Amino acid sequence: MILLSIQEMTKRFGGLVALNALNINVKEKSIHSIIGPNGAGKTTFFNCLTGFYRPEEGEVMFNGQSIVGLSPDRIVHKGISRTYQNIRLFPNLTALENVMVGYHVHLKSGFFGPILGLKKTRMEEEKATQIALDLLKYVNMEGREDTLAKNFPYGEQRRLEMARALASQPKLLLLDEPTAGMNPKETQDMMDFIQHMRGELGITIILIEHQMRVVMNISDIVTVFDYGKMIAEGLPEEIKNNKTVIEAYLGTGEAADSH
Amino acid sequence: MTKAQSLWNQGVKIGAIGGVSVLIISLVGMVESFGKRDIIAGILPMGVAIALIISILAAYMAAKKTSIPEKSIQFANAVVSGFVISGFLAVFVMIGRSFNIREMFVGASPVLYNILTGGVAGAGGIFLLLLTGVLCGAFAGILHMLKDLPRKLMVNALLTIFILGLLQELILPILKAWDVGMINYLAGLFYTLNGLTPIGAILSVVIFCILYLLWNANQGAIKFKYASLPKEARKKSQVAALIVLAVILIVLPQFLGLFLSEVITIVGLYVLLGLGLNIVVGYAGLLDLGYVAFFAIGSYVVALLTSPQIFAFGLNFWQALPIAVICGILAGVMLGIPVLKMRGDYLAIATLGFGEIIRILVLSDFLRPWLGGAQGIGSIPNPNLFGFQMVKPQHIYYLLLAGIILVIFISLRLKKSKIGRAWMAMREDEDVAQAMGINLVATKLLAFATGAGFSALSGAIFASKIGSVYPHSFNVFISINVVCIVIIGGIGSLPGIVVGAAVLMGLPELLREFAEYRMFVYGVALVIVMLLRPEGLLPEARHKMEFHDETEAGAKTVA
Repeated sequence: MILLSIQEMTKRFGGLVALNALNINVKEKSIHSIIGPNGAGKTTFFNCLTGFYRPEEGEVMFNGQSIVGLSPDRIVHKGISRTYQNIRLFPNLTALENVMVGYHVHLKSGFFGPILGLKKTRMEEEKATQIALDLLKYVNMEGREDTLAKNFPYGEQRRLEMARALASQPKLLLLDEPTAGMNPKETQDMMDFIQHMRGELGITIILIEHQMRVVMNISDIVTVFDYGKMIAEGLPEEIKNNKTVIEAYLGTGEAADSH
Repeated sequence: MTKAQSLWNQGVKIGAIGGVSVLIISLVGMVESFGKRDIIAGILPMGVAIALIISILAAYMAAKKTSIPEKSIQFANAVVSGFVISGFLAVFVMIGRSFNIREMFVGASPVLYNILTGGVAGAGGIFLLLLTGVLCGAFAGILHMLKDLPRKLMVNALLTIFILGLLQELILPILKAWDVGMINYLAGLFYTLNGLTPIGAILSVVIFCILYLLWNANQGAIKFKYASLPKEARKKSQVAALIVLAVILIVLPQFLGLFLSEVITIVGLYVLLGLGLNIVVGYAGLLDLGYVAFFAIGSYVVALLTSPQIFAFGLNFWQALPIAVICGILAGVMLGIPVLKMRGDYLAIATLGFGEIIRILVLSDFLRPWLGGAQGIGSIPNPNLFGFQMVKPQHIYYLLLAGIILVIFISLRLKKSKIGRAWMAMREDEDVAQAMGINLVATKLLAFATGAGFSALSGAIFASKIGSVYPHSFNVFISINVVCIVIIGGIGSLPGIVVGAAVLMGLPELLREFAEYRMFVYGVALVIVMLLRPEGLLPEARHKMEFHDETEAGAKTVA
């Protein structure tokens, strides 16, 4: 079943066409990788999906509903959550609070509930805390819930960001270069974790990477961007041997000669 | 670094900074006008005490910054910088006595020269001044050489004298209010009508030292005992502490005279304002410099509804109060809508404008028939509680106390809720907060509205306390004062705001000479706090972590 369907999505910045008439379908419970050289429009693509940019043309259907033009917070409510290429935690909130903010969309209490200490609100808070603690445990950060986010080492900040994204209990998780700045061992661990997560939580994942090698083993399907255009899509094996993709990454023979 | 370089860099340069500082406070007239108030009666006027403190501090910094580990060099640097400071002053006194520089510097009066030279005329006075500088330097040098405990003991003992002398007008009336022979005797032993007695000063140092040493020796044991108590017992002791605090707060006005009660109600009004602004600035991170607008709105609504002038609605205070708060909340939302997309500096400027707009509107001739213009609105009745007229400041105190407790309660509850987390997330990173599903519009407006409501509450009490409202009571300095209170007290920290309001609003009321230099002192205080204690006087635990956790975090990772 198709969870996310993108038709003819175009995003322009002035004269620059950042995304050019993209057509992508993402299957439910798949790991769908988006790869491409730097500046290919991968992150712009994410920003269009999460509502930070509004694509000029095209349609995005998520779970059978159009999400074009919705504000970012509405889109989270629909079930899309993301992480960032350069980690963006709430640095001066604790790990627990960071994850609880992620759970925000599921909290119903209003202004007076907490002031009056209503039982419903208290139960809801307890439940939220428990869920957040469980998530921290899930990303292997048990017992660190009271540490400020900014005081964690890099790798743990990545995991914490992942836990925060999972807290909204999304159907679709967008991961923007989750292995940026990691060594090969850490990269492998992260890939294992992502695969594991898909299996256990049954969520759909779109993964941005610019190293092709990294995603080959875990992706169900790979889409390749270059200059805002989709230049190839297929199984990892097919992409690996695709001539256009190799050219996009390594340059054409002529260009190489001229150097 | 050679010895000569170190002497120049630390000794002379820091001395020069200290010298300029003392010169500035002398020239603006602080030393002179504080010269009338004694810390120790007849011995140490407050102006001189402040100059001495700055000199010792500068000399201490000179010793501390010396990178050469030899003690003698550090000591020498301290002495040199002390000498440089007094040198600056000596040159200044000599110039001032030879030429008339009062046209440029109004503060450069013969009285000031007299104070600086210890009342000795001619060369003897200059010599005395220089000697004082050298002694300050030597004292600082010795302080720096001492071990931690004796140094802390000495510094804190001297500060105790300073603070006890400073707070004379607070402590003496409270002691006198008991009117018991024993306490009267003690009050007479410690205080004259102007400053501590010499015996009082010595006694307070002795008592302080004993207490300090006792605490120092048993501190570990007490903390350990407390930590090892079972959870219920700890909770019980906290409850007990709260009850003691409540009792003190309730009986407090009985021991404060009229004047001190007046001071404490002013502090209370600012505590309310600070608590409100804390929601906006501290929790939600929206720098609002037009906060006085809501204070004004609260005041004017109460004035219009209760005063027989202008409209004569004839409502009483309690009927007008909720309406005032609701108007404040609505105004908060109205201000919030146009500035929703603004961040940081832009927001500060826009809100600053809003504060002025409200004041100028009230002042305008156009609205005069409805708002009273520059004459304001008078004869606002005092609040009436079950037939009891709240006339005296002591009565208003209880009204404020109730308001503050309510506001603290709401603040604490909100902070630990979904809304509080949304505010803090927005403060940290607006875009990401939105990407977590937080509705920025609703969350921001809620912060503005809540803060504005608290401010309007303060304004309502203010109007009924003063009995009349004028546009000029609501100028931009109130906003600035409240921002200073929140920052100096500790952003996000509720006890910090109470302390900040007490220090920034209470002290200037107690020290009337202070009023002239209020903005100068606030500026200096802001700079010092930002440099030395960026988290504020009484910070929230989290902010303490923010600024001082790097080393601990490092240690943890290593472990």
